[in-house]
Amino acid sequence: MAEVRVEHVTKTFGDFRALDDVTMDFPDGGFFGLLGPSGSGKTTLLRAIAGFLFLDAGRIRIGADWVEDVPVEKREIGMMFQSYALFPNMTVADNVGFGLRVRRVGAAEERRRIGEALDLVRLGDFGDRKPHQLSGGQRQRVALARAIVTNPRVLLLDEPLSALDKALRVDMQIELKRIQREIGITTIFVTHDQEEALALSDKIGILKDGRMIQAGPPREVYRNPIDIFAAEFLGEANILRRPGGTLPSSGVIHLPVTATDASALAVRPENMTLSATEPVAEGLSKMSGILAQRVFSGALGICLVERDGTVVKVIARDEDIPDIAEGDTVWISWKPEHTIVIPGG
Amino acid sequence: MNGRVLTIAGRIWLGAILVFLYAPILIMALMSFNASPFYQLPFEFSTRWYQALGANAEIREAALRSVLIALVTTTIATVLGTAASIALFRYEFPGKRALRILLFPPIAIPWLITGTAMLIFFFGIGMGRGTPAVIIGHVALALPYVIVVVSARLATFDATLEDAARALGAGPWMVTRRVTLPWIAPGIIAGALFAFAVSFDQFVVSYFLSEPGDATLPVLIYTAIRKGFTPEINAVSTIIIVVSMLVMLIAARYSKFGGER
Repeated sequence: MAEVRVEHVTKTFGDFRALDDVTMDFPDGGFFGLLGPSGSGKTTLLRAIAGFLFLDAGRIRIGADWVEDVPVEKREIGMMFQSYALFPNMTVADNVGFGLRVRRVGAAEERRRIGEALDLVRLGDFGDRKPHQLSGGQRQRVALARAIVTNPRVLLLDEPLSALDKALRVDMQIELKRIQREIGITTIFVTHDQEEALALSDKIGILKDGRMIQAGPPREVYRNPIDIFAAEFLGEANILRRPGGTLPSSGVIHLPVTATDASALAVRPENMTLSATEPVAEGLSKMSGILAQRVFSGALGICLVERDGTVVKVIARDEDIPDIAEGDTVWISWKPEHTIVIPGG
Repeated sequence: MNGRVLTIAGRIWLGAILVFLYAPILIMALMSFNASPFYQLPFEFSTRWYQALGANAEIREAALRSVLIALVTTTIATVLGTAASIALFRYEFPGKRALRILLFPPIAIPWLITGTAMLIFFFGIGMGRGTPAVIIGHVALALPYVIVVVSARLATFDATLEDAARALGAGPWMVTRRVTLPWIAPGIIAGALFAFAVSFDQFVVSYFLSEPGDATLPVLIYTAIRKGFTPEINAVSTIIIVVSMLVMLIAARYSKFGGER
């Protein structure tokens, strides 16, 4: 187990800047999510930590060692690939034991550790199967067992759950978190699924165009996004005002004290309340609009309200939404502390 | 009704093709078992020409030489071709596309031209004719076949498997030996069989590059026909055809021209 530090890492492919001066700390034993849209550099960053590419500039430390010049096979990492990359000509046990055989731990030790790793991922009886005889979820567990059986210093996961269907994905998230806690390994994973990142991570990093635009605990990043991109990428955000713009004219909006002309203002859809008439309670921020659409999705209701040519999204428990029809004038209100000040705009 | 006519026409067509391809070979094979030296009918079964072959030291030596040259050629071409295919698959380098394209024309260039060019070249560098020249020539002819077949198999290989093996601590050699080679093994076997066939059946280049004293089997057959035709030639040709067709059938089974097993 070890901490990881990435320092001013830059990597270009031709004219394309895949990573641009990226710095981030991954403390020992934590679970870290790297997220961003495709082409943002998240996978490149993971592959740089693994050692699959040479850096143009910058340094990478795993534990006490600077490793940017160390080849992949000497970095003592565990990695799980999106496609799982199980060796098709080998049994499950041989797949899991591959890294042990490379390290020549001896037959008895090898058998014992393969057994332990397979038990950990609850596949104790599957050692003799071939990869093509397993389901997607089982293959994923084998890939995980293979990645951790060598006691790597850091576990790297590239879109680990994206090939699974939704129900299985949620199960595997819980499973992954359990295993990571149990062995306490520093884990860095890449995902484009923001919910997955929020659910699993102790700390997330958001990348855009090769730059690390914000890193921190998920709740903190969610509540205090550094810019509009981060606000809209992580969850949803109704932008009330862009930097230098004006606030909606109708209604009352209490400005947070930290707001300046250069900052943007936003409110999360789930923090807004809908009412048919103007709310009378003191201290609320509020504005009116026309209900454009109301969508019932089981537990939650989603309402789109049009005002000043923009659409505001409100999400609430369906039973908390008043009896209103599309085309009605409605009021949206929220507590002033739910107005997010976005300093970077 | 229309479809039936087409089916029948198709069958006749297919039959015609098979007759066209195999009739001469079949007749030759049959005649190699006919006792008469002048192709006289009625057919009288005999293995006398095969027995005569066994007694013919010249043919035996030429056959042995052909097999040895084919084995050496196969070994060299398969090792070089497999290594080249893996390099072409794994690494990006300037001129890679050009190199890939340049590997194909040798298959299309008439062997007569290739043979002439090689003869001039080997004399130019002072090496002259002889078995080493024949082997080098055969390797040059066989190499593109190996690369094409092995590369086709490699195209079905998931390169992430190599990444996975490296992440698990395997160095480049171990990755190749434990992960890449097992996957492309059918392609390598098929490529080797093609290389063997190209060398063993080779006449033109062998004829140009071999010295009169140490002819390969096809060269010897050609010289023998010029002196006068004997059914012994039918017998030896039949053996060559059976061996070559077996090699090709095995190659086709292993490669399916590059696809899955």
